[in-house]
This record gives sequence, structure tokens and C-alpha cells, in this order.
Amino acid sequence: MLRYVYGNDLEKFPRLQDSMFRDRAEQFHTRLGWKVAVDAQGWERDEYDALNPLYVIWETASGRHGGSMRFLPTTGQTMVNDHFLHLTDGVRIESPLIWECTRFCLAPDADRRVTAALVLGAGEVMQNFSLSHFVGVFDPRMERIYRMLGVNPDVIGRKGEGEAEIGIGLWEFIESARPRVQGRAKVTKAQSRLWFNASFGITDGAGTRAFALA
Amino acid sequence: MIHGCFQRFNPVNWKHLDWSGKPARAFMKEAVEYGVGTQGFTIPMRGPNGQFALFTVNHTCSDEVWEQFVADNQRDLILVAHGFNQRALAMEEGVFSVNHPALSPRELSAMTLLAKGRSRAQAADEMNISEHTLRVYIEAARHKLGAMNTTHAVARALAVGLIVV
Repeated sequence: MLRYVYGNDLEKFPRLQDSMFRDRAEQFHTRLGWKVAVDAQGWERDEYDALNPLYVIWETASGRHGGSMRFLPTTGQTMVNDHFLHLTDGVRIESPLIWECTRFCLAPDADRRVTAALVLGAGEVMQNFSLSHFVGVFDPRMERIYRMLGVNPDVIGRKGEGEAEIGIGLWEFIESARPRVQGRAKVTKAQSRLWFNASFGITDGAGTRAFALA
Repeated sequence: MIHGCFQRFNPVNWKHLDWSGKPARAFMKEAVEYGVGTQGFTIPMRGPNGQFALFTVNHTCSDEVWEQFVADNQRDLILVAHGFNQRALAMEEGVFSVNHPALSPRELSAMTLLAKGRSRAQAADEMNISEHTLRVYIEAARHKLGAMNTTHAVARALAVGLIVV
């Protein structure tokens, strides 16, 4: 299932948290060779994880991390504005309607539906919070996967060579991509909405926990 | 409520907050006695250098009416919230209406082409970028100018002399 978890709530899901930061170390440090820091307990964390980002995480049946990504609003500190201005024509991409999406990560044994489920989760975030775009940092492998799902980013700039290449791109919400993404994720729209609502405490209808004051 | 919102950055309908605790309900009841509406929508904001703020709209009406109002106006409310925040920050710095935001050369080019009457497609073409990227550059400029939409942003940029046509 998908969970939407803010950084300061991660400790409520210890297994999920531990396996996510380990899988990130495996992907970004070991496999892609990015210059990221891995701490003594084997976690890959950076200064943006300290800013209480919103994580969208696929939780496997055993409660482990299957894949994840990280969101931050571009009105605050972001990776793209702090480190990649040379790739965005010097434009600080900053707007309440644009969030940054980084650290798209898959568990080494993740099955194929996980990526699609995460893309679906990103769509829920964009639609429910009235965003216009995501700006993201991604590697070539992720780019291939995005293309497969019909949600290819509009690439603004690139840096590096081969598998170490990093791209900066933009996404906007495409309702027409939904059926394909839902199909690959094997998740229905209702199911996806249910997970989203559960994470954000949204109850349907006249809220059961509404305060009665009449 | 405040505690819950400060650390996050997604907008929140008060109905979706956890009111199961007795102190929370007692607090809300007291607030209503002092004139606070029973419905609310709060937009948390993050600014540069770790700044943060909350913007709330408040009303008394049925749940259904409020849900619909939020659904219809969420994006505008987000823009209004950030507009207020930018003004408040400027006043705090004592530079109210004196300093103009700096736009990057590419943002200036985009705004200039729009001011000249180019369509987005034409402007993107002249700048040799995709229309998608152009839209994001315009959106970034709109935000920096504290404008409500693209037309407003172009008018502002012209009015303060950032661009000349």
C-alpha cells in the first residue's frame, strides 16, 4: 500500500523508515555512485531529509520499503535551487504551486507495479493539493521508467555522463495517463484515494470526528 | 491545529484534523464562543531561510458547503496566502514597496516576450525552450512578483520597470 508520511512521523513506522534509508544507500551510493553520505547505521540521508519533507512510500505486505520519493515545497529550501541553478538557465524555480520531487528510489527486489504506484501517489499529491508542477532530479534509469509509464518529464537540463547522469525535469498532471498508470500499479482510483485519505486523516461525508457545535 | 500545521506544508481543512482529544474540542468550543467560525482551512507556508507561516480562512456554514468552497477555491487561496506572506515579510524587513524582486535573465526574457504580445508557443520558440519549461519560468516570475496571474505579473514587471517594451 501507499503511505504519505512526513519526516517527523517516520519513527512511527520503524521498519519502513529503516528499510527506506537503507535502500536509498543501496541505490544512490552503491549502484549509481552519487556523492551521497551514508551514516554508520547504513542510512543515506541528506540535509533535505532534515527539513521534514513529505515521503510517498510503497509499503510491502511485510511492512518493508518497496519504493519511495520525497517532496518539498519550492518556496523553501530545495535541491534544485541550491545545487542545480546552472541547469535551469539560472531560474530559481520557486512557487507555491510547484513542489520538488527527489530521491525516487526502488527496493532492489521491487516488483514492477511499485514504480507505477509511486507515480500514482505523486499524481494524488498534485491533484489534491492543487499543484501545477513537480520539478525533479532523476537518473537515466528512472527516466526510462517514466517514459514507459507515459509520464516523461520535460527535461530542462542534464549533468554528468552515463549512469551517473543527473537530469532536472518538470511534470504536470496528465489525467489521460491515469488509466495506464493505475493498470500497471494494479490499483484502482478508489483504492488510491482511500490510501491518500487514510494518510491525511480525511474522512468521507460528514466527518465522524467533526466537532459538533450546533 | 497550529501544532499540527506548522511542521507540514499541505493545506488542511479543519474537518480533517484530529478532534478526538477532549482539550482540542474544548479549545475549539471556546474559540467559537469568541467568534471563530466552525469551519476553517489552513495553508502552511515555507519561506526562504527556514521561515514559516500559517494562513487561515474561517467561516460558519455546513460541512458540504465548506467542502465545496475549498474544492472550488483551493488554488486561489494558496496564491492569496503566499501573497500575504510575501507582503508581511517585506514589511518586516522595512522594504515595503521599495525593493523589487530580482528576476533572472531568462525570466526577464519570458516576461518581455509576453508583454510584446507573443503567445506562449512563440515565446518558447524564440527562447529555444519547451512551452512546458516556459510556463514554469513564468510561474516562478509570477510568484516573485507577488502577482495573482500571468497578466498581473506582466503588468507588475512593466510598472516597476523590470522590463521595457
